[in-house]
Amino acid sequence: MPNVLVIAELFEGKVRKGSLSAITFAREAAAIVGGGFDLLVLGPGAKAAAPSLAKYGAGKVLAGEAGEYVAEAYAPLVAKNAAGYAVVCATATAMGKDLMPRVAEHLKAGMASDVVKVANQGGLVLVRPMYAGNVLAHVKVKTPVAVVTVRQAEFEAAAETGGASPVADAAASPAEAAAARVAVAGFEKVVSARPELTDARVIVSGGRGLKSGDNFKIIEQLADLLHGAVGATRAAVDAGFVPNDLQVGQTGKIVAPQLYIAVGLSGALQHLAGMKGSKVIVAINKDPEAPIFTVADYGLVADLFQAVPALVTELKKVVA
Amino acid sequence: MKILVPLKRVADPDNANKVKIASDGSKVTSEGLEWKLNPFDEYAVEAALRITENAATNARLGEVVVVSLGPAEAKQQVTQALAMGADRGMLVEAADEALDASVVVDVLEKVVAEEKPDLILAGKQVVDGDSNQVAQMLAQRLGWPQATFAAKIETDAGLKTALVVREVDGGVSKLKLTFPAVISVDLRIVAPEGVKNGNTPAEKKYNDGPRYPSLKGIMQAKKKPLALKKPGDFGVTPNPRLEVLKFEPPPARKAGVKVPDVETLVAKLKNEARVI
Repeated sequence: MPNVLVIAELFEGKVRKGSLSAITFAREAAAIVGGGFDLLVLGPGAKAAAPSLAKYGAGKVLAGEAGEYVAEAYAPLVAKNAAGYAVVCATATAMGKDLMPRVAEHLKAGMASDVVKVANQGGLVLVRPMYAGNVLAHVKVKTPVAVVTVRQAEFEAAAETGGASPVADAAASPAEAAAARVAVAGFEKVVSARPELTDARVIVSGGRGLKSGDNFKIIEQLADLLHGAVGATRAAVDAGFVPNDLQVGQTGKIVAPQLYIAVGLSGALQHLAGMKGSKVIVAINKDPEAPIFTVADYGLVADLFQAVPALVTELKKVVA
Repeated sequence: MKILVPLKRVADPDNANKVKIASDGSKVTSEGLEWKLNPFDEYAVEAALRITENAATNARLGEVVVVSLGPAEAKQQVTQALAMGADRGMLVEAADEALDASVVVDVLEKVVAEEKPDLILAGKQVVDGDSNQVAQMLAQRLGWPQATFAAKIETDAGLKTALVVREVDGGVSKLKLTFPAVISVDLRIVAPEGVKNGNTPAEKKYNDGPRYPSLKGIMQAKKKPLALKKPGDFGVTPNPRLEVLKFEPPPARKAGVKVPDVETLVAKLKNEARVI
């Protein structure tokens, strides 16, 4: 009997890579609560996308065609399909964060946000960060159903395990009144040749030290050379240098790339909360006392406007 | 037009690494840290004030009511919102430990039944618990539509609908909401053109960030109504859906080495860390 339901997210008809982290969580949670896991995919093109989810070892893949995502329409659908499961989870993407609390309330369920680890202590224990990652809380959900969002940076993307989970139709649910008072009024896709922050192997982030949005060009050059993503601090976003979706930190994206290069940023707590899980951290800052150096594996005390172009030149000698 | 803004006081987020965990892991204390209004809640107050004013004539177009759940001392943060310009305040006294999102929603549901706001404007998350749940759960409880993580809000001149711009994964999403509704705000909302209300001239550019209470505002705040309540006054007995078993510090990350120049840095990244 599958006990865990994973909500997979579609973007332009394809399952988001981030959803594979929720599958990894589901495997670990199922090992504790017993049984296995199923997958639920909703949205335009859900049925066409369902077979791409069939090789992860799910008991079944439930697919439901639905209109464009709005929480008001999807929450009742998820709740309807969640009947009988002990754990309902999704990755803490913008959609996961928007949708899952509404699902939890629908199910009168307790919810643990941004879970980074599971533990077994007479049942499922969910470990989640608080206070910008300075405290980890071990929580138990007291309601019969637990709703969870999963931090992508802390759970590896699930690998395919083979097999072919059967695909079935998701249950339908009548529209609720709230859905009539919300309408999608447009989506402007950000077109970028760079990888998404949460998927990138390398991230180069800039802070207030960049002094202007124009100067982010040198961050972009370095990122492009390493096929990486560009990130920014909240201060750089606040100053209007770059859009908010590049923000790395407690209240932005949480990332854990192989290589994180922090340029001209001091290392405010709320920024560290978003990147200190990175495998290797490089800091370039002219202030030797900057807190970023306390978490950096390699620190270079230098003026970024000289160091970054020099780094680009030097890197060109060693990377293709 | 009435807007309800939920508030929470939090330990100074700029010093969040100074919170202490009891040796038995039973609680988190923040002795020595200043209490502040949760930054996103402060932005919600600012957005509510911008929606309910004509900044050219200083006319008020509606009422802003702020409500906090927390200990008696949180009166200070409620008063801060009143000093910014909110009209009335309410503090529902409850120990922080007795609260999770569902308890907050239990109380807010009753406050909404009493106050009948057209709009609930909330911060997208409190920066101590970092859960990011209350606005969405409350919207579902009330059967209202929601727009989370608002970067921009544009209302019609009659303040009946809002176009909400949200910066989400892979792009910018726009939602059109018909009130009553719940909106949670992100940091961009306090940018100079974060809020347009169809009354303040469209070319108006606000100062960046939430407004500071003026001296006059601080004086007036002392005279504004601030109701003190208890959850029991609303028939709510706090019954959290989550139980915290223990708190622990995260694994520490060790500082590495300083390198003298970019040549050394590249050599180390290539040969030692092997990440390029």
